[in-house]
Amino acid sequence: MGQETLIEAIRKTLGPAVEGVADSFGDTVLILRADAVRPALAALREPPFDYAVLLDLTCVDFAAAEGRFELVYHLYSMARNVRLRLKASVPSADPAVASLVGLWKNAEWLEREVFDMFGVRFDGHPYLRRLLTYEGFEGHPLRKSYPWRLEQPRIPLKDEA
Amino acid sequence: MSGFDFLSTRFETALGWGRKFSLFHYPFITACCGMEYMSTACAHFDIDRFGAGLTRFSPRQADLLLVVGTVTHKLAPVLRTVYDQMLEPKWVIAFGACTVSGGIYQNYAVVQGIDKIIPVDIYIPGCPPRPEMVLDGLLKLQDRIQHQKQDWRWARKP
Repeated sequence: MGQETLIEAIRKTLGPAVEGVADSFGDTVLILRADAVRPALAALREPPFDYAVLLDLTCVDFAAAEGRFELVYHLYSMARNVRLRLKASVPSADPAVASLVGLWKNAEWLEREVFDMFGVRFDGHPYLRRLLTYEGFEGHPLRKSYPWRLEQPRIPLKDEA
Repeated sequence: MSGFDFLSTRFETALGWGRKFSLFHYPFITACCGMEYMSTACAHFDIDRFGAGLTRFSPRQADLLLVVGTVTHKLAPVLRTVYDQMLEPKWVIAFGACTVSGGIYQNYAVVQGIDKIIPVDIYIPGCPPRPEMVLDGLLKLQDRIQHQKQDWRWARKP
């Protein structure tokens, strides 16, 4: 499947869920509507697209933009040996998106990490809890609004010399 | 100086000599400095030449704590517990820039120097330090052990 025919086929399958197509250093990037993420990725997982592997899920905080948090999904098709990147923006007030745990088991930890670092809620996640930081940690450290160099020690530290 | 003082001074010298050449170390390794620790500990640079070759993987049997690599706030209580479990007399070496000062990291996660959690005797800077620097730090610690006031079981306490 060539690049153009692939994009055409995806557009035909997903319909209005695809808001745009971009090119990043030769890789195809699809921009999705945030509320259509789960059905769109469920469709891409099946033949003929066959993107069977969720390689990565991460997030970018564009502090000034309207859709502040941009979720980035990386898919990989083992059958065709191609990759696909998808992006979806969620607003800063109550950022939430549907969980992919039912589709890919590894989405569980990826989503927990994004929740921990950015505070994006994943609806339908069975165990949405902090992954990297510890209990009692307040805020989400990779948000641009997190105070610079704010530390949250777990045990009392000695004062500055 | 009475005879007893003379004897106890000689005894403390012998005790210091014995202690500085029989350091059992506990490697608390969390990051890339561990590679440099390995080359220091193994045959090329051979920390055993200085009597510190016996690695103990229990803090209760160790008297030198080598903190090697970045210590985060998540890990800080663990390091504190390991230090508390060690028996006196005990010494601590901060190995590498991260343990000395937080190194290149100053953010929400990293402790800005392990001396905010536990007392440190010798600081070895470097990212990572060369094995020669580690051995130099070890020699400085041995010098310190030799010349410090030795505490022992029946020592007269002031």
